Amino acid sequence: MTQVDQNALTQFLLRLGDNTLVLGHRVSEWCGHSPVLEEDIALANTALDLIGQTQLWLGLAAEVKGNDSSADKLAFLRDAWDFRNVLLVELPNGDFGQTLMRQFLFDAWQSIMLGRLIKSSDPRIAAIAEKVSKEVTYHVERSSGTVVGLGDGTDESHARMQVALDYLYPYVGEMFLSDDTDAAMVQAGIAPDPSSLRAEYDALVGKVMAEATLVIPDRAYTHKGGRTGYMHTEHLGHILTSMQWLQRTYPGAEW
Amino acid sequence: MKNEWPLWEVFIRGQHGLSHRHVGSLHAPDAETAIRNARDVYTRRNEGVSIWVAEAAHIAASTPGDKGPYYDPSQSKVYRHPTFFDIPDEVGSM
Repeated sequence: MTQVDQNALTQFLLRLGDNTLVLGHRVSEWCGHSPVLEEDIALANTALDLIGQTQLWLGLAAEVKGNDSSADKLAFLRDAWDFRNVLLVELPNGDFGQTLMRQFLFDAWQSIMLGRLIKSSDPRIAAIAEKVSKEVTYHVERSSGTVVGLGDGTDESHARMQVALDYLYPYVGEMFLSDDTDAAMVQAGIAPDPSSLRAEYDALVGKVMAEATLVIPDRAYTHKGGRTGYMHTEHLGHILTSMQWLQRTYPGAEW
Repeated sequence: MKNEWPLWEVFIRGQHGLSHRHVGSLHAPDAETAIRNARDVYTRRNEGVSIWVAEAAHIAASTPGDKGPYYDPSQSKVYRHPTFFDIPDEVGSM
């Protein structure tokens, strides 16, 4: 395995772990509020899966970072400007349809990304990808099924899903942007260039949206700044306020 | 318009070789979703290797009122149960 800049590797792992952490927290906000019991349980399961993945990614990030770092410290003691998740996952839940649309747009990307990471030159990353790709395969099956069910459902559910897609789609492009960190990962054989996932993603999303009778908006604009930490949306700070409250108020608290 | 999703009965096979066992019920708009819901509601803790769902409306069932005519007559007929045979140890559990 080629020697890779450890800072770049940390950044790369933070991106993966922050995506699942922030989305996991967002999805957990549905717990006890979903429209039906079965969906409530399913969403809580998804949230728990994502938090479990976070432990793996941020755990490895902390290991690479060294200096007494830990997954918990990374999750609960960093401020908004240190987070490296894409903007898509920090957007508000909106209605149930918007939440499931966001979930599918992320699940589709994640399933393709993990498929590539299974072949990573870093055995630790390959092992995590192998472990979590099974549950992510299920996430895609579930979220795509719901997107189709609601998109190709009643007039009202169809209209809501189209509104959700129009709102969320400008945030999709950020998942496929590349920078120096990605170039370093490509060179070391650790991860693919994000832009190389786009064709497969478009094929999958295109198929599901066609089945859902939804129209993908023209790609005119891409919101970005999350994965580089340049500029998050205002929503991230609000998430962190509730997510980090306990550790901030009672530092080192355990139970 | 009816807003409630139909009820589905869920059957899980705990391990290979065993038969599917009724574990409960849930609501879902269609069979595929019912299986996914069953996965989330009933198999999160490694409970099964196979899921069946059947729409509850399609299950025909005996009624509690049938209890007397259906089951009582067999109560006094012990000879219907094969309990009078000595089973050789070599046979193992049956």
